[in-house]
Amino acid sequence: MCQDCGCSVTVAERVPVLKPLLERNDAEARHNRAHFDAHGVRAINLMSAPGSGKTLLLEATICALRGQLSCAVIEGDLETDNDAARIRRHGVPAVQITTGSACHLDARMVHHALHELDLDGLALLFIENVGNLVCPASFALGSHCDVVLVSVTEGDDKPAKYPVMFRDADLVLVTKADLLGVLDDFDVAKVARHVRELGNPAPVVTISARSGEGMNVWLDWLRAQRAASMGIAERAIAATGRT
Amino acid sequence: MHELAICQALLDEVERVARAQHAERVCGVHIRCGALAGVEPELLHRAYEVARAGTLADDAALTIEDSPVRVYCPRCRSESLASAQRLVCSACGEWRTEVVAGHELLLMSVELIAADGARS
Repeated sequence: MCQDCGCSVTVAERVPVLKPLLERNDAEARHNRAHFDAHGVRAINLMSAPGSGKTLLLEATICALRGQLSCAVIEGDLETDNDAARIRRHGVPAVQITTGSACHLDARMVHHALHELDLDGLALLFIENVGNLVCPASFALGSHCDVVLVSVTEGDDKPAKYPVMFRDADLVLVTKADLLGVLDDFDVAKVARHVRELGNPAPVVTISARSGEGMNVWLDWLRAQRAASMGIAERAIAATGRT
Repeated sequence: MHELAICQALLDEVERVARAQHAERVCGVHIRCGALAGVEPELLHRAYEVARAGTLADDAALTIEDSPVRVYCPRCRSESLASAQRLVCSACGEWRTEVVAGHELLLMSVELIAADGARS
């Protein structure tokens, strides 16, 4: 009821809020990050369209790093645990998240998956997001870095078509490079140019998990990431005065 | 179609604000959505129609305010409008820019109807 004259007009009051819509997810992502940092684990979010070769790259990576860096994987798919089974065959812990109809992972799903993983002694945690170049870009997971894959069979203008995803990538991998010889319409330099036009200085690395091309660059990048997390863990220990 | 998940997060927050203000219901929801937020306003409107059912906002109109993409160029120290696909400085062509607007996805305000007697 109107408070001025008592008439029956209902008065609405506008209340300012000014808050990110995904604040709750962001808070849960920060919680995940704190969990990773407390264990000195580097968490890497892998995103791409379906079929860009994320799981094959992870299999090759796990084999190459065996005996050097301990890895674990969280797999996100709409259905099946096929990808987690592929990872487990290499003796590496893998937790499958099946999202049902959800087209992305969110921070809470990753948090639940973490309850099934022992992070002690782990160097790298890969989070293989649901194959999708749109939706996963909106949901922070708490990972330290985002790696976006684009395979040479997809088209070199992917970064221009999906700017939200590629703008924040820390590394862009052009995968299935062994097929470049038969795909004369794919220009790796164009991928890099589109990434730069999004204001993103991320390295663009051409790679083939099948032939091994570019694998050393990727593995060195991972080692540098791991070293960064060791630094975070050491600083945290120093800050708390523990030895 | 992550717009539904975003609408659910939006309505959780809208209901939280409404309850904190002891409102009877919500009659308007205003958000700001930039072209780099990764959300399609048309899809957000449709998802909102579904998500608002049974909430305090079940007859509240959703208003989506656009936020044009703007970049700051550290080289020439100017700010300019940009397209979502090409975030380069329009003054000098530099690509190492910083996005200063157009990436937001914010709940700006809600319009509340007070519960009878709550404000007497």
